[in-house]
Amino acid sequence: MIGIEHYLVVSAILFVLGVLGIFLNRKNVIVTLMAIELILLGVNINLVAFSAFLGDLTGQVFAMFVLTVAAGEAAVGLAILVIYFRGRGTIAVDDVDRLKG
Amino acid sequence: MIQVFAFYLFAALTVLSAVLVITARNPVHSVLWLILAFFNAAGLMVLVGAEFIAALLVIVYVGAVAVLFLFVVMMLNIDFAELRTGFVKNFPLGIAIALVLLAELVLGIGAYQVGVMELGSASGTAAPIMGRSNVENIGAVLYRDYLFLFEAAGLILLVAMVGAIVLTHRQRPDGARGHQDIGKQVRRRPEDATVMTQPAVGEGIEL
Repeated sequence: MIGIEHYLVVSAILFVLGVLGIFLNRKNVIVTLMAIELILLGVNINLVAFSAFLGDLTGQVFAMFVLTVAAGEAAVGLAILVIYFRGRGTIAVDDVDRLKG
Repeated sequence: MIQVFAFYLFAALTVLSAVLVITARNPVHSVLWLILAFFNAAGLMVLVGAEFIAALLVIVYVGAVAVLFLFVVMMLNIDFAELRTGFVKNFPLGIAIALVLLAELVLGIGAYQVGVMELGSASGTAAPIMGRSNVENIGAVLYRDYLFLFEAAGLILLVAMVGAIVLTHRQRPDGARGHQDIGKQVRRRPEDATVMTQPAVGEGIEL
């Protein structure tokens, strides 16, 4: 029978794949944002699995809030990406050095 | 039995498409794999009985976020081959950190499974009521215990929307098509914009 550990392992793998995606696509902001979505998806699976197996709905409500923040983050991140591309003609992360940070 | 089969199917497809999201050469393919990953994750959530979150995942992520990604990828004219340089160089470090992180997480799950860790138990105030659907239960908890957080979530979405519009909106130069003069719009009154006539039958009016 499928227990909570199975879901936790799937969510851990998704989380780690998101982190790996940020490392591998250091130059491409779009894929980096998608990797962040994968991380949040892993977190959501974790929350929903615990919520279902412990019999407490708070986790599912929390997953909804995570979803809300993820949607807002994607919208603002892509808007920043669009104006950055408009000004510089590239989205390579290495070129984002105007603040000399 | 069918549950076990469905779990492994959804889990394997989710992980496989997540791998393809981060390794696909073309970002458009990445977005499409991301959509597949979301669909399969929604399947996993249906399996544990969280239908509402599953539906939300399909509607919000696939319907809005993934389509937004797709629009942006197609809108920007980018040489993606150039952006992939460093993929091989970053691979060893990335895979090392990912494996360490995965080992730690799985060890944590193992410790939880053998009962070393005590996570505490549910308080019972948000327990699902038997015989009611998942959506009804979530609605009851959401509007009873988390009403203000729910409104704050709406506020976050509003701020994100305003932020995205302010960031990407371009003010057109004066006289150009699409130029917006807000003062002129505010000054506009009904009597400047409309005219009342009483044309005779069959005559029509001159505009």
